[in-house]
This record gives sequence, C-alpha cells and structure tokens, in this order.
Amino acid sequence: MQSEVLIEAEKLTKKFGDLVAVDGISFKILKGECFGFLGPNGAGKTTTMKMIHCVLPSTMGELTVAGMDVARNGREIRQMIGVAPQEDNLDPDFTVFHNLIVYARYFDISKAEAKKRADELLNFVQLEEKRDVIIEHLSVGMKRRLILARALLNEPQILILDEPTTGLDPQARHLIWSKIRSLQKQGVTIVLTTHYMDEAAKLCDRLIIMDRGKIIEEGNPPDLVKKHVGEEVLEVAHDEKVMRLLQETFQGARLEVVGEKIHVFTNKSRGVFAQMLREVPFKEAVIRDANLEDVFLKLTGRRLRK
Amino acid sequence: MKLSNVPSHFRIPKLSYRVWKVWMRDRDVLMKTYKTTFLPPLLEPILYLLAMGFGLGGFVQLIDGESYIQFIAPALVAVSMMFSSFFECTYGSFVRMYYQKTFDAIIATPVSLEEVIAGEILWGATKSLINSTIVLGVIAAFGLTPSPLFLLIPPISFLVGLLFAAIAMCFTAISPTINSFEYPTFLFITPMFLLSGTFFPLTALPASLQILAQLFLPLTHAVTLARGLVLGRLELTLLLNLAWLLLVTPFFFVLSINLMKKRLIK
Ligand SMILES: Nc1ncnc2c1ncn2[C@@H]1O[C@H](COP(=O)(O)OP(=O)(O)OP(=O)(O)O)[C@@H](O)[C@H]1O
Ligand SMILES: [Mg+2]
Repeated sequence: MQSEVLIEAEKLTKKFGDLVAVDGISFKILKGECFGFLGPNGAGKTTTMKMIHCVLPSTMGELTVAGMDVARNGREIRQMIGVAPQEDNLDPDFTVFHNLIVYARYFDISKAEAKKRADELLNFVQLEEKRDVIIEHLSVGMKRRLILARALLNEPQILILDEPTTGLDPQARHLIWSKIRSLQKQGVTIVLTTHYMDEAAKLCDRLIIMDRGKIIEEGNPPDLVKKHVGEEVLEVAHDEKVMRLLQETFQGARLEVVGEKIHVFTNKSRGVFAQMLREVPFKEAVIRDANLEDVFLKLTGRRLRK
Repeated sequence: MKLSNVPSHFRIPKLSYRVWKVWMRDRDVLMKTYKTTFLPPLLEPILYLLAMGFGLGGFVQLIDGESYIQFIAPALVAVSMMFSSFFECTYGSFVRMYYQKTFDAIIATPVSLEEVIAGEILWGATKSLINSTIVLGVIAAFGLTPSPLFLLIPPISFLVGLLFAAIAMCFTAISPTINSFEYPTFLFITPMFLLSGTFFPLTALPASLQILAQLFLPLTHAVTLARGLVLGRLELTLLLNLAWLLLVTPFFFVLSINLMKKRLIK
C-alpha cells in the first residue's frame, strides 16, 4: 500500500502558562486516510487541531504538514486546509450565501468562481433553501452543515473536522457521514475529532485516544476493540451473589459495575457467554458486541473531567 | 520590564494585499445596513449646529472675527472623524473579535492575524472618511464652508481616522470586557471632545494646558487642520499639525497590531 505521510508530529507540546494542554505527542497522518482524535473534554484535541492549521503556535516539538513547517509556512498550509471548527464562528452579519462568498475571498477565489462553488456546496450540504437566510435563523444542525460547506470552499486537500456532528439529529449526522466518506473517496485527508464512538468506529481508518494531553492508545478501531475489550460483552443485573459467581466462572475476566449492571469483558473468543448462559441463566443477561465506547471508557475511566 | 520585551511591541508587521479582504468584509456589512448607519452622522451635526451654533452662539461674541456657528462647524467635522473611527475599532472590533469570533474564522484562511487587525484599522479610517464627509456636506449645506480648500479635508480625515482607529485597537487589545471601553471613552475621548479647541479656542485655556493639549490630544491637530482649511486660513503651522499626525499614527498602528497579537496568539 502506498502511504505518504501528510501530517507528522514529533513530541508536539503546547503549554498555556503552567497548563500543559498537549504533552509531547507524536503521530503520523497518511494521505487519504480518515484519522481520528478521541479523548475526554480537555484532552487537548482542539488544541492539536489548531496547531495543525497554524492558528496556534506550538511550545515545543516538530509539526509538519505536507512537508512544510507550521511555524514558517502557515499561509501555504492554511491555503490547503479546510477547517470546520468546534465553535460556531459563522459571520452573523451575512446571509448563508454571503458567508460563503466573503469566506472565499480570503482564499483569493474569484467572485464568479466563488458564486459557483457556493451554490454547489449549498447543494452538497442540502441548504439551498436557506441560501438567503441570515445565520441567526438557522438551526444548530444547519449551522454545522454550513460550516462544513465553508470548509470545502478552497477545495482542501486536508479537512479538519472538530466535532462535526455534535448537536445534530440522526438525519443530519448520517448526511455528514456520507459527505465525509465521499470526500475521502475523492482523496481528501480527513482529520476528525468526536465524542461519538460509533462515529469514530464508522469513519476512522486509524485513531488516537488522548487524555490529559498525552496519547494513551492508537490503532484502527476493530483492533483496538479486540485488544482491550475482546469481542463480546456480557451485561447482567448487579447482585453480590452474581458477582461472586462471575468471578469464579470467568477467571481473568474484567468485571465492572456500571450503575445497576455488571459488565463482563473477556479475551476469550465469541460464544463463551452464550454457552455459559445456557448453563446458568442470569437475570437480565444481555450479550452484545464489544465496541469502541467500551475501549474508551476502559482507557480513560468513567470519571468526569474537571 | 525586560529590555528584550520592548522591541516586540514595535515589531513591524508583515502585511499583504489581503488586508483589503478584511476591509471588504466590513464594507459589505455597511452596504447592507447603510440606511440606518448613515443617518446618525447626518443628523447629529445638524443638532449641534442648531443647539450650539444658533442657540448658544447668540450669546457668544465673535471669535477671531467669525460667528460662533462658523467657529464650531469645522470642529464638528473633526469630532466626527474621532468618534466614528474610535468607536468602530473599540466596540465594533471587540464584538467581531470576542462575540462573533470573526477574527478566528478569518485566521483559519491564508489571511494572517496582523492583516485582520490592519484591515480593521483601515476600515476604522474609512468610517472616519465617510462620516466626516457627510458632516462636511451638512456644514456646506448650511453655507459654513467659505473656502474651497475644505475639499482637502476628506484625505486628512482618513489619516486622522487611521490614528484614532489604531489608538482604539490598542484599547481593544487590553480590554478584558466590552464595558471596559467606558474608561478610555470617559478619560480620553470626552475630555478631548471638549478641550481640543472644539467649542472654544485653545488660547482660552491656561498656557500649560494648551501645551499638553497640543502634545497629547490628537483631536487638537484635526480641529486645527479642519478649521484652517474650511476658513481658508493657510498658515505654516498647519504643516506641524500634519507632521504630528504623520509621526504618531505609524507608532500606534504598529503598537496596536503587536498588542493584539499578544492578546490573541497564546
Ligand atoms: N486559549 C486557552 N488558554 C488557556 N487554556 C486553554 C486554552 N485553550 C485550551 N486550553 C486548555 O487546554 C486544555 C485542552 O483544551 P482543548 O480545547 O484542546 O480540549 P479538547 O480535547 O478539545 O476538549 P473538548 O472535548 O471539550 O472539546 C484544557 O485544559 C483547556 O482548558
Ligand atoms: Mg475540543
């Protein structure tokens, strides 16, 4: 497989005063892949995104995009990147269409070309009907879609999506997912952050999980699931007796109490839980596939981040 | 203060034609709302001319051979340069920077932060040009522009606007909240509005205050220039007023950009 490194970080660090927001992380993002950054609130995802598109200088370490140093070639790098930021920064002084026209101007796109692209992109994110509406009158999901359209104005080679689907209804999320996939097919490299593990599992070829500024795990979603939480998870109603029984039956398995339930994780192959349930019918027992959310919670814990 | 910190406030910014893209954004907003934004600069001077010119003027003796209304008319032009550019780059820029995140959106494109700030300042200067030209039109309509030299005022209004916009941007860079602008307005703009030879000649002030006004209040220079041109009284000292503006403006222009970088680039 041809794999050209497009974005490379080496011991990348960002400090805000005494706070170390990004703590010496190293990663390589390949051309054409969808690369995910996961992590609890405050992990340093957005800070990393901002360093990649050169609006935030790093404190230490190396960061190159398409072989260019972010500290020296910011303008060239920003020219080839499209950014959908986490925070809504659409221009409230303009309509939907005019937001795109004004933004295109910053990229030196001619007026005629800007109009053409704006109409195409509004079509792409299904906002044609809102063309002449002011931003204030858009719903949250429509704003997210417009931000995506705006990020595509300069026909970027790299698309940075910082929580592109937060606050969206299922229809809009599916729409955005299908757009991301079609962009990836066209060869666009996608850098994505999200708090939705199903989204990350669906879209990301590879991802890293960050916590407190550090990378704590990386890999592709299926491998990570298999490595950390096995193939299946058993959920049963919590009860002291059940707990003891489970501990005897599944030696070496990880048992976790989550609210009213016990989650049982094992590295044994698929089918062990089903077999066991035939012998001992537990109350409210459910067997489900292990998923990325199990991995995330295992690695980052269940406590909220302050 | 460390010695190495001093020059960083005066590092010359790298600017390109992209400054105008920021300027064009602000212009586009004005074009959408021109019906409401052009009304205050049109009506305000009329109010002053009526109240102070005709009203108060009736009780005031001639100043340097001019009627009171003729004395204050050019000052009103200069005052509008100050108000329009100063408020554009304090309240206006602060809203765009802090509430609307407009600067954040722009700096994710090839436009740099330095260019955003420079574009905002140029826009502030443009507002000075537009508003003061409207006021100039009003006083001309009142027959208060005896000399055709008043046509030289618009280019000067751009320079004066540049200076006030840059000073305003310095305050924007250090203001924690939008309410903080009450301080520079109360401590700097209002005294200047009253004490720059606007409503009475500077010579009525004690000598020491006269010197302070000339040294530190930019509006005195704008008022002197506007009055000289409107009345057609060309004196060599007008060149000193112009030189003062030309010297001080680049200083604040560069300072404001560096202060904004310190605020926004962490
Ligand atoms: N401009 C700033 N000044 C000071 N601290 C900051 C700044 N921006 C971010 N931080 C801090 O850096 C850390 C990382 O923040 P960041 O926004 O990168 O997190 P995140 O992973 O994107 O979180 P979330 O999932 O909530 O978006 C946090 O502790 C945050 O408080
Ligand atoms: Mg974030």
